Amino acid sequence: MRYRRPGLDGLTHLLLIIGAVIFGLPLWLALTASTHSAADLQSGIAPLWFGDQGLVNYWQLLSQPMPGLGVSALRLLGNSLVMALGIALGKIAISLLAAYAIVFFRFPCRTLCFWLIFVTLMLPVEVRIVPTYGVVARFGLIDTYAGMILPLIASATATFLLRQCFLSLPSELFEAARLDGAGPLRFLKDFVLPLSRTNLAALFVIMFIYGWNQYLWPLLAANSPDHATAVISLKNLVQSTDTLPPWQLATAMTLLTVLPPVVVIVAMQRFFVRGLTDAEK
Amino acid sequence: MPIKMTTFERHSVTPWLLLAPQLAVVAIFFFWPAAESLRQAFYVQDAFGLGERFVGLANFQHVLSSPGYWHAFGVTALFSLLVAAGAMGLALLLAVLADRVLHGARLYRVLLTWPYAVAPAVAGLLWLFMFDPVLGVLTHALAVFGVHWDAQLDPGQALALVVIASIWQQMSYNFVFFLAGLQMIPASLLEAAAIDGAGPFRCFFGITLPLLSPTAFFLLVMNSVYVLFETFATIDNTTLGGPGGATRTLVYKLYEDGFVGRDLGGSSAQSVLLMLLVGVLTFIQFRYLERRVAY
Repeated sequence: MRYRRPGLDGLTHLLLIIGAVIFGLPLWLALTASTHSAADLQSGIAPLWFGDQGLVNYWQLLSQPMPGLGVSALRLLGNSLVMALGIALGKIAISLLAAYAIVFFRFPCRTLCFWLIFVTLMLPVEVRIVPTYGVVARFGLIDTYAGMILPLIASATATFLLRQCFLSLPSELFEAARLDGAGPLRFLKDFVLPLSRTNLAALFVIMFIYGWNQYLWPLLAANSPDHATAVISLKNLVQSTDTLPPWQLATAMTLLTVLPPVVVIVAMQRFFVRGLTDAEK
Repeated sequence: MPIKMTTFERHSVTPWLLLAPQLAVVAIFFFWPAAESLRQAFYVQDAFGLGERFVGLANFQHVLSSPGYWHAFGVTALFSLLVAAGAMGLALLLAVLADRVLHGARLYRVLLTWPYAVAPAVAGLLWLFMFDPVLGVLTHALAVFGVHWDAQLDPGQALALVVIASIWQQMSYNFVFFLAGLQMIPASLLEAAAIDGAGPFRCFFGITLPLLSPTAFFLLVMNSVYVLFETFATIDNTTLGGPGGATRTLVYKLYEDGFVGRDLGGSSAQSVLLMLLVGVLTFIQFRYLERRVAY
């Protein structure tokens, strides 16, 4: 039962609004700063309201090579998109097949296979970063999208989640499909996939954000600016200059970098919450 | 492992075809590098990377006896503790509030969860801007109170900067789990307590908080894992591990020793130690999961 006390209710809303404002403040300040000129920003405290240089700043980022990097923001965002989609779709594809094999088939070493995949849950790429670089370099995959994507999809989160999802499907479904004479591929396509749609969407949201926001691995795997992602480009803007950082560009680039995953999370809020809580179970 | 009663029989090749892509990726990009780490941890490479020599546990001895490693360990532990306390406290407060409201609940949820989508690197940058020595809003606000802020020089302030950025980012993750936990608490339990005359605060501390403790424990481990691995990007965009190693975490040190210092044996030994640490955390997590299933 929830207490209905007008005073307490008002206080609840007030505190929530304060919380939301504080959490939004860093992004708001970045947004307003990105619409001022460099000279404006250097003359004092960061502005709380918009200036008139927004179009100039964003146009410069998108059309001209970024200082210190030599490629435009458009290219960087494109690279991020390729990597995020590659990781999300790649991980879902290989995990879907593996989970399907583990749940719907009997074969020797099945449990061993499951555990081999399961162990990878524990260790993110950061732990084995040096030898992973060695392996990827040996295959000549440094500075390729494949090299940026593959080590990051070598993990079992999605397999584990989809296995749980498949196990919860009613076995009557399977029997009905067998009576219809459906083989493994038709059963997957016509029964399992449609019923797992929500889980797949949830998984996609989480994996897309995970892929878009990767830092350490693309920093090493993308040696040349041609393959650099939006997230790793930001450091160049802020840290490489001896003088004051060009904050009007850095904040604008921050906004561009943040926009795609935030749009995904807001538009797919329902799947996001579900994906997050499922993935950790 | 639970066994599904109904399976495709008489397909002996199909399951292997289905498993092949995942097994290949995991073998090449997980087990191979992990085994390589394990092997290199027992070898020393010469300066030109031409030869190597088996040294037993010497790399581990060297790492574990160096003050730098323990300093990084201490930084990581303190960092984890501060982020866990801050992000979980804030998230619990906001989740309890968001659970109470009838109007605008969905809007509040969106407004409080979107930072999850922000990359740790970007979170670092946003707060670096807020704390910029020249034009940072917070720098000027602190100056009013007589605090001189320069995270590039002051070790405590540098740590505070990355801690605040991490709390800001990790809060939304904790918020989602606390809110889900709150919504699973049966309303009848709280109603019964209310009929017995327990006020909202009594209800919270007597019923809600104990029932949320498994969630809180789970989040404690997840926040530590977050600080261990994800904050590399936050640090690399703000303080670069400085000043004087004040923000050099275990993973940041591993990166510096492995890629900047080219110390293959030492960084591999650190990798193995990190694997052990994560293994322990995962084990604790599983013990807790088992107990939760038994509820």
